[in-house]
Amino acid sequence: MTRDEIKDVILEIIEDIDEDAEFDELDADKPLRDQLDLDSMDFLDIVMELRKRYQLQIPEEEYPELATLNSCVNYLEPKLKDA
Amino acid sequence: MAFTPLEKVEEHYDVIVIGSGLGGLTCANRLAKAGHSVLLLEHHTQLGGLATWFKRGGHTFDVSLHGFPFGMVKTCKKYWSKEIRDSIVQLKNIVFDNPQFSLTTTFSKDDFTRILYKKFKLDRITVDDFFNTVRAMNFYDDQGMTTRELFEQFFPGRSDVHRLLMEPITYANGSTLDEPAITYGIVFSNFMNRGVFTFEGGTDRLIGLMADDLQKSGVTICTGARVDRIVVENGKTRGVMVGQKMIAAPAVVSNSGITNTIDNLAGREAFSDDFLSRFDKVVVNNSSCQVYFGIRKGDSFEDVGDLLFTSTAREFSSEEMRLMDTKSRTFSVYYPKTRPDKPDYTVVASMNGNYADWATLTDREYSLAKEAMVERCFVDLERYIPGIRDKVDTIESATPKTFNRYTLHTEGTSFGTKFEGLDISRTLFKEVGGLFHVGSVGIIMSGWLGAINYGVIVANDVDAFVRS
Repeated sequence: MTRDEIKDVILEIIEDIDEDAEFDELDADKPLRDQLDLDSMDFLDIVMELRKRYQLQIPEEEYPELATLNSCVNYLEPKLKDA
Repeated sequence: MAFTPLEKVEEHYDVIVIGSGLGGLTCANRLAKAGHSVLLLEHHTQLGGLATWFKRGGHTFDVSLHGFPFGMVKTCKKYWSKEIRDSIVQLKNIVFDNPQFSLTTTFSKDDFTRILYKKFKLDRITVDDFFNTVRAMNFYDDQGMTTRELFEQFFPGRSDVHRLLMEPITYANGSTLDEPAITYGIVFSNFMNRGVFTFEGGTDRLIGLMADDLQKSGVTICTGARVDRIVVENGKTRGVMVGQKMIAAPAVVSNSGITNTIDNLAGREAFSDDFLSRFDKVVVNNSSCQVYFGIRKGDSFEDVGDLLFTSTAREFSSEEMRLMDTKSRTFSVYYPKTRPDKPDYTVVASMNGNYADWATLTDREYSLAKEAMVERCFVDLERYIPGIRDKVDTIESATPKTFNRYTLHTEGTSFGTKFEGLDISRTLFKEVGGLFHVGSVGIIMSGWLGAINYGVIVANDVDAFVRS
């Protein structure tokens, strides 16, 4: 997957979690939880959805890698390169 | 849709969930929605665990529907259905009445802040600082500070403020001033948001909707099936035994109490000495007593509030609150609005209680103690609803023995374990591959919202294990 495709997947998963999420003014370098009102349960949902879609196992200690949209893409890019 | 009888249950599933408390139900639903084959086994004929109800004298009594935080709206929408979420309604009148203060509040952050400024004459900076401090608390923070120390730091010598802040939480999860302050901060912050909420239609409707959703997700539900043993071989979970029937699964989630799970279901022989020495330090929370009053059809009473925290004890004391003759109790008052389709008035008095106090009584002492408890509740209730005695046509009562018999929990605990139980519950699968626990533990994973969210957290662990 390309970086843009990964980005779209993340936003799509977030939209499934919160249909009211507004992405227009999202700053890709700022924490998602501050901008989109996401809590730790929401991040768990993202982790579980990525596992379901791509058999991707993200260990608990690496959850902080999902903090911003860009850090998500950086973290997932090598893992999803063949997806 | 009818549930599946035991003889029709398959021989193998991806996951077996033992017990159908809110944690077990949510975990099962989540795993089925993630694509796993899931069997839910419940030993009663009714689902829900302690999220339960019973019918007596033409009334339906809710056992644990006292009020939950606003967070349930988001949680129910994400992990259950829109229909469930849309039935969540606010309880607007929360009453405190004790020798130190009497007040009515929405139990929201705005209203509580106002009360602390105006009625308790506290300065704004201290109150805001307190709210910010508790809101920032996380379960992995330092556990050195106790709630008592937290209160003394912000509101030294103010036993009235301590009571206002602590009493509801002690009823909600059995905690005392000597627990880690983070357990207080997390639970209190959950409530201190937009107020207290309930489920329109009652517990029976909620659990009915959840059962529908589970079946839609593909969960096989089998009631009247009590698991005798979790089968563990060479450090790995193989399945469960229900009587003589073996059902295989690489992952088993126990929604039985954590102590029951280790001591009775898996058996201590399945665990290492090191793990057991940590486990043996786990303390279970106290149990509860309740008295249920049903009002004769055609009779009614004025709105006196939805949830009343009442006490005639001079000061707050969690020890006093557990005494058999405690002067402290809550009254959950249910009006026709609770079940618009089946309007009724009921009142449920709830008290904390120690299992040992009740379990050691002779039969005669036990029935006398229950009668005395009912009478104390009547006396207190008369102060809020004058003439209540003449309106009641149904009375029932429950003690820690009742809770023990129904839930099978060690010492009839209504709120799981103290803080140390959380780590045991969370690391169970690292000790025995494929064995998971979901249910009230660690004070913070307790109550309706805590149980449901913990079901989601454990479902994530199970999903990772099954897919690995």
